[in-house]
Amino acid sequence: MSQAWLPLATLATSLLMVPLIFALPERAWRLRTVLNLTAALLKLGLVALMVLGGYQGAEYRFSFTVVQGVTFLFQVDALGLMFAGLSSLLWLATTIYAIGYLEDSPNRKRFFGFFSLCVASTIGIALAGNLFTFLLFYELLTLSTYPLVVHRGHPKALAAGTVYLRYTLTGGLLLLLGVVALHALVGDVAFGERERLAELGPDAHLMLTVLFLILLLGLGVKAALVPLHGWLPRAMVAPAPVSALLHAVAVVKAGAFGIVRLVYDVYGIGLTYQLGLLTLLAVIATVTILYGSMRALAQQELKPRLAFSTVSQVSYIVLGISLFGPFGTIAGLVHLMHQGLMKVTLFYCAGNYAEELGIHRIDQLNGAGRRMPLTSIAFTVGALGMIGLPPVAGFISKWYLGMGAVQANMPWVIIVLVASSLLNAAYFLPILYRLWFRPGPAHGVGEWPEERHLGRFETSGWLLWPAVATALFSIMAGLFAGLPFSPLDLATFVTAEEYTP
Amino acid sequence: MIERLGLHVLPHATSTELHWVLLVLGLPLLMGVLGALTRPVRSWPVILVCLLPLVALALLSRQVLDEGAQAWLIALGPLELHWRANALTLLLLLLTQLLTLTSAAYAPAYLSVEIGARVGQAWLWPLQGALASSLSLIWLAGDLLTLYIGLELMGLAAVGLMLLPGRVEALAAGMRYLLLALVGSLAFLLGVALLLGAWQRLDLAGLALAAEPGPLLWVAVALLSAGLLLKAAIFPLHAWLAPVHGAAWTPVSALHAALVVKGSFFIALQLILVLVPGASVAGWLLGAMGSAAVVWGGLLAWRAAKLKDVVAWSTVSQLGYLMLGLALMVGTSPSVSAAAWEGTWLQLAAHSLAKAGMFFATGNLVFSTRQSSVRGLAGVSRGMPLSLLSFGIASISLIGLPPSGGFTAKWLLLQAALEGGYWLWLTALAMGTLLGAAYVFRILRYSFVEGGELGEFRRVPWSMEILALMLALASLLLGLVAEWPLSLLRVAGGAP
Repeated sequence: MSQAWLPLATLATSLLMVPLIFALPERAWRLRTVLNLTAALLKLGLVALMVLGGYQGAEYRFSFTVVQGVTFLFQVDALGLMFAGLSSLLWLATTIYAIGYLEDSPNRKRFFGFFSLCVASTIGIALAGNLFTFLLFYELLTLSTYPLVVHRGHPKALAAGTVYLRYTLTGGLLLLLGVVALHALVGDVAFGERERLAELGPDAHLMLTVLFLILLLGLGVKAALVPLHGWLPRAMVAPAPVSALLHAVAVVKAGAFGIVRLVYDVYGIGLTYQLGLLTLLAVIATVTILYGSMRALAQQELKPRLAFSTVSQVSYIVLGISLFGPFGTIAGLVHLMHQGLMKVTLFYCAGNYAEELGIHRIDQLNGAGRRMPLTSIAFTVGALGMIGLPPVAGFISKWYLGMGAVQANMPWVIIVLVASSLLNAAYFLPILYRLWFRPGPAHGVGEWPEERHLGRFETSGWLLWPAVATALFSIMAGLFAGLPFSPLDLATFVTAEEYTP
Repeated sequence: MIERLGLHVLPHATSTELHWVLLVLGLPLLMGVLGALTRPVRSWPVILVCLLPLVALALLSRQVLDEGAQAWLIALGPLELHWRANALTLLLLLLTQLLTLTSAAYAPAYLSVEIGARVGQAWLWPLQGALASSLSLIWLAGDLLTLYIGLELMGLAAVGLMLLPGRVEALAAGMRYLLLALVGSLAFLLGVALLLGAWQRLDLAGLALAAEPGPLLWVAVALLSAGLLLKAAIFPLHAWLAPVHGAAWTPVSALHAALVVKGSFFIALQLILVLVPGASVAGWLLGAMGSAAVVWGGLLAWRAAKLKDVVAWSTVSQLGYLMLGLALMVGTSPSVSAAAWEGTWLQLAAHSLAKAGMFFATGNLVFSTRQSSVRGLAGVSRGMPLSLLSFGIASISLIGLPPSGGFTAKWLLLQAALEGGYWLWLTALAMGTLLGAAYVFRILRYSFVEGGELGEFRRVPWSMEILALMLALASLLLGLVAEWPLSLLRVAGGAP
């Protein structure tokens, strides 16, 4: 059974929003809000439908020929559904958050238009069934996020936008070259047809290794692998919902997801292992994890610290992939989801502190737990998850990473994990200490930098509830990891497909 | 190559089937005269009337698609004219008519808002008609005489259009263009004379068989190509392009960049593929010129201070891609040249649509902000969002990012270059992408600048904005539906 309409409709829910939003006048913010939320809910429903169908073995395919030998292909598999689910869930939360965050600021129409385009691109990336289609939406993602990064329009934002483009467009070009070369070598390879490359035989191994490195370079820019990560901390000048989206699901994740596709669905884990590329991935991931954590430790401001933490955390995904064996795979895939949930929570909270209290630096956070308890609890949940404490989702990721390291016979990875967890603790625990145990303006010591009273609760409800919700999800993903439809269950499902020939 | 160009078909004895071709050629001229007499002030009557040549083209298409490629022999006393039509001809005719239509539809609002009542206006219509007819003649021509007639008519019509604004810069630019066109024609004529003297014939199919490699052929081809490439603004003969565009009216600039330079390029491509199909030295020379054009044009566009200059220099860079495509067809293996063949035509179509759309959008932005410099764009994302969007969409195709026609074309060219192992051309294509992104985003960047006082924005008639958007969208979507025109190229009298 093949239903083509479902993936198309899922893409259309956000893609068609773009012209609609651009057609509405700037002041029609009520209608825009209703439209945005309806589309987000609708898409969540459609993705849920596909997940249900996917478990029952339904196949969703849509394809047409672009030029001879090149097809546009949507093909829904478990891995894609995981990413699509994450993207549509976080889109809903971030839409709500952005509505509250951008209240009364100029150019909201432009923001939400490109925001929808950005989410449409991530859905396209999730559903893409071959490298050509993936590349299409990968580049569209670059284009749609640029206006979001430079949204504020001041010189610093514009400079960050230029750096962002330099990195991502060069990466995109490399990816294009790699994909075209792969096409010239074997033709159109749909994701999952791993045997196609393996059948080429040992003569092609040198060529395949070179191509893998080119593709990895192209994808590594967005995944912020060291030393290709330079754009990420600078892109922090963007508004908080954009940072949240960029770090949790859109750009960084698209790169990581691309690497997952490359290793599992194009080359196949067996061939990658045979070519000796998994060791390379493990080394790159280790360097990135440790370097990102060290840099995060040196940051004095909240958002840059979170940004460098992203650099480090996303590489857990790459590290998981590089461990040959089911546990490593599960760890990488499950972290794709977990990191998204936890990081988005942290960014919402950082945005809330900035909006409500004007806090940007970490040393201004003293005693903020008393003034903004719910936000601070959410932040604490996210931070503990990042360190890897149970029952938050991050624990599951690290547990499986450890087991994967044993299974792959790479015990040194465990040392890396311990070191990185210690570093995570070293840069998150001082923040938590300041939040809860240091006396601050809420205790009558000093003053908040720029206090505003945005709403009935500790801050505006639009800003508060998304943060609380994603924090709850992070705990639930950890607590109920054993239940069906949890991220872990999905990741296990994908892994089973991968390792059973 | 002869087969791909549709030159192998023998003409029918009967000339009764000629009427659709004559209609396709004659109707634009007639419309032009009609336009001069009625001076339309709205877009929709123009569009309705311009649908007429499209109907004629549809009928001609049916003839070609049903019966395969067509050829006609027209005897005018001692002269014999060879015309032919295959799927490629049809696509080029379609492109010409669509772009002429949009340009004509853009004109009424443009003339009334920006130019005001002036005498020169009436001439726009017949000159545009003459331009469309002469271009159609070039696409249809199968011999050097018809090609020469088409080329001269096109050049004269273009000069006339350039002179219309009547200002000193426009006159200077127009005169300069005329001079260049004459030099180009002279070189072309010399080449034709050499060929005629040596082999006593002018039809391309006959020349392809008769011509023997040797110094004479080489000199003739060099003269012909030099003249044509000068007219097509191919590097290093490109310097005249930007001043000409700076002074011309917006719809004229759009037509010129989208079609006129392509006409000369098409003739050059045809002659090279017919006369020296296997000369790999020529291939390397063309490729080197193309690569240099891509890089140098991109650099010029990146450094240009005026908005219109950026758009004009980007044409030089984009024509470089076409040259690279041509280079990949000369003296290469069949599979390489097949991919390059499709890539070249797709690039031509995508660039024509995108560039025309971009010129319209640029014209709107310059008119609205009253500033011709790139810096004047600050704040247009609020004042002129639609035209800026059109500009952005068109530039996606120029950079070659998905899903645009420019991207799919670049994909095909990259594939050809990779298969043939032409690493230099591959590098040039990659450099072109990065430079394209650099010059386009330099402009878009200014539009996001906030703060400072915003100037007043003049209102632009909506028909001008919509037409820019339509062309830009067409160039964007062409990338996804590219299989339709390309499959036509393969089946309908285009397959080797």
